[in-house]
Amino acid sequence: MQKVASGQENEEGRDGTASAGGDGLAQPGPEVLRALYRTMCRIRAFEDAAEEASRGGVAAFGQAAGGQASVRGPLHLSTGQEAVATGVCAHLEAADWLTSTHRGHGHTLAKGANLERMMHELFGKATGFCGGKGGSMHIADFSVGMLGANGVVGAGIPIAVGAAHSMAIQGRDAIAVTFFGDGALNRGPLAESLNWAAAFRLPVLFVCEDNQWSATTKTATMSAGGGAAARAVGYGVPAMSVDGMDVVAVWQRAGALIERIRAGQGPQLLHAKTYRFKGHVSVDPAAYRDPAELAAALEGDPLARARGVLHRAGIAEADIDAVMREAREEVAAALVSAAAAPWPDAAVAFEDIQDTGSGRWQN
Amino acid sequence: MTYAGAATAGLARAMEEDPSVIALGEDVGRGGIFGQYRGLAERFGERRIIDTPISEATIVGTAVGMALTGLKPVVEMRVIDFAMCAMDEIINQAAKNRFMFGGQGRVPAVIRMPNGIWTASAAQHSQSLEAWFAHVPGLVVLAPATPQDNYSMLRAALACGDPVAYFEHKELWTFEGEVDTGVEVPIGKARHLREGKDLTLVSWSKAVHWSAEAAETLAGEGIGVDLIDLRTIWPWDRDAVLESAARTGRVLIAHEAIQVAGFGAEIAATVAEQGGARVARCGGPRIPVGYSPGLEVQARLAPGRIVEAARRLLG
Repeated sequence: MQKVASGQENEEGRDGTASAGGDGLAQPGPEVLRALYRTMCRIRAFEDAAEEASRGGVAAFGQAAGGQASVRGPLHLSTGQEAVATGVCAHLEAADWLTSTHRGHGHTLAKGANLERMMHELFGKATGFCGGKGGSMHIADFSVGMLGANGVVGAGIPIAVGAAHSMAIQGRDAIAVTFFGDGALNRGPLAESLNWAAAFRLPVLFVCEDNQWSATTKTATMSAGGGAAARAVGYGVPAMSVDGMDVVAVWQRAGALIERIRAGQGPQLLHAKTYRFKGHVSVDPAAYRDPAELAAALEGDPLARARGVLHRAGIAEADIDAVMREAREEVAAALVSAAAAPWPDAAVAFEDIQDTGSGRWQN
Repeated sequence: MTYAGAATAGLARAMEEDPSVIALGEDVGRGGIFGQYRGLAERFGERRIIDTPISEATIVGTAVGMALTGLKPVVEMRVIDFAMCAMDEIINQAAKNRFMFGGQGRVPAVIRMPNGIWTASAAQHSQSLEAWFAHVPGLVVLAPATPQDNYSMLRAALACGDPVAYFEHKELWTFEGEVDTGVEVPIGKARHLREGKDLTLVSWSKAVHWSAEAAETLAGEGIGVDLIDLRTIWPWDRDAVLESAARTGRVLIAHEAIQVAGFGAEIAATVAEQGGARVARCGGPRIPVGYSPGLEVQARLAPGRIVEAARRLLG
């Protein structure tokens, strides 16, 4: 490991936002396009179904919890942000590491985790990834290198940096990727982690998934300076900005950055500007934001844009439709099996806490 | 061997035996501010003895990532007081990882947080916070009082596979004692220092040494003290304490931490619930530690205070 912090220029496009086409970046072929679209459809279908299953499941935003919902508690949906998870994770192997956020279903699916087991976890069932202990905010599938969503904003960032550091110490080739939102820009661990990754020149990609909202607060009203890319460059971490609603553009930039990381060029940052179609949690109607803002964002729905790309690539309309239909069928089957799956045994509440000193410790 | 030297030797041996053991923290490359890493960077190199930026949250956060991906990190927080900058990483990330993700991962990290009053260092370098960590499921909490225990318990901490809050005492680094490298100290097992029939005295860390002095004074008055160095705060050795309590009928717990909501309260309550022995606590007053000698001493435990508390309990 070489300890070098190099200051490089921000490499975003002339207008600050790169988009697909031209400029020497790799062009995805039809099979890649189809795979990208498939991942996006699976995420969208999953989020739509989870949203529906969560109605009445959490007491928040003036709504009471009815107790009948299959998916309970805070459910943070990534609807509208599918292109970011998809375009980045398409470049990862199972051996690569990933940490995610509280809005992490998309990242998890894109990293290759099993959709059905994720739905079971949302239902709190014994057959879920965490045996019902984690739920939506603690989705993880270590078997595909997905080291966890996180209930604390920004907390996954140093964990991914540590995984990258671990690879460097052990002389292993895998890299780490960490997704975080624009809200995490203002948390200390991000600043510490950018510096750390640059100082140790670690194989880690920082992805700022900028959906423009920090819970119910417009991030821009609370954030100084030039945003994620500018901050990264300030720490000597090269950065690119990209239109996070354009899966091809994300795939291209993420691919270029990951190639650099795998070539030993140290940490990189991708700033993907996207939009959160839903509220902060599934029951949040997001009444605090201008409906025109949402309407404009919906006009640029990343799935619709991806459909257009597939169409232009000569993929038949019926084939494109089939991708979404199959995704919805897969999700529907997951809902059925999740509903039928067993609850965790009560004894599980006392298991997997620690080897030394576990137990009830009550009279 | 000194308490610091014992820790260095214990860590060096663990690093020799297991290539996955690494250490990271501020200034560890030059031996650490208390000398407890002296010579290790020269011996094991900067890949395994990692000097870090002053970034406590990320020191612990990266250690979690390292632990999840095949390493056993020893994490230096410099003093417990600075670990306050890494509480999310210790409590929400390291301690909960295994449970939260349904047992998919383990975080075998030893987080060293030198504890206690450090002479003339005032309020932000003088706290004893072991009780906070005992409250958190997922953590093992250790507080060695002697060079032998620091050697053996550091090794036990690395071997146990759980995240460990490891509390060395800021004022024991130069304390000398015999170290037998063949001795293993199991986590959760108290050390019985002295037999006595009149009073059980439970203590840990530096307070053990004051308690031993107090026991000597009390012996001169014809009072027999059964002295226990708890040394593991979590999981604490209930059997040893309750067995002694059953013999003496009186239990005094002496610790340097503030008495209010200190770990002594847990022991006292357990003894009262289980056996009905009379209990008393002797800890610090609920004040921040002042700088000036006359202020600092108000926060300190001392053998005389333990003797007085024992006399009251027996009276």
